[in-house]
Amino acid sequence: MDADNQANIKKIAEEDRDALNKIIVVLGAGDIEGAEISAETVTVGDPSFAGPLAGVSLRLPVYHILEPELKDVIPEDIYEENLGIWTMTLDINEIGKRFRAIREKSSNA
Amino acid sequence: MQNWLEEKKAIVIGERDGIQGPSIAKCLEAAGVTIVYAVTECFV
Repeated sequence: MDADNQANIKKIAEEDRDALNKIIVVLGAGDIEGAEISAETVTVGDPSFAGPLAGVSLRLPVYHILEPELKDVIPEDIYEENLGIWTMTLDINEIGKRFRAIREKSSNA
Repeated sequence: MQNWLEEKKAIVIGERDGIQGPSIAKCLEAAGVTIVYAVTECFV
């Protein structure tokens, strides 16, 4: 995740503490490994130690837009129009499994 | 099914070669989410 986005996310998390319990991060990476790195950045900190979130543990709940938990509550027509093709490209159950593990690890950290 | 996303505020990080920010935002807004930050990253 680039430095500018890290800085903006850090600022949002620090400025709006009242809303912090309502904030979620939603990713749209096209590969699972890349998504996991971004997820780690907004939970336990930038793993490359290059950006503003290096060593900063925001522990924000992070999701991938293709996770089944999100699909269940997004209107079907909107989902199909915007994401349908991606469900044929990526394993959404594997994505769900990996992101649940990331959230669990973050909440236990 | 209960909509657990309703009233959430989302930071959206899309990807140019993946699912882009506006598409993610459209889906989340349709589920009642407020978007507080949305971007599409590009990796070259």
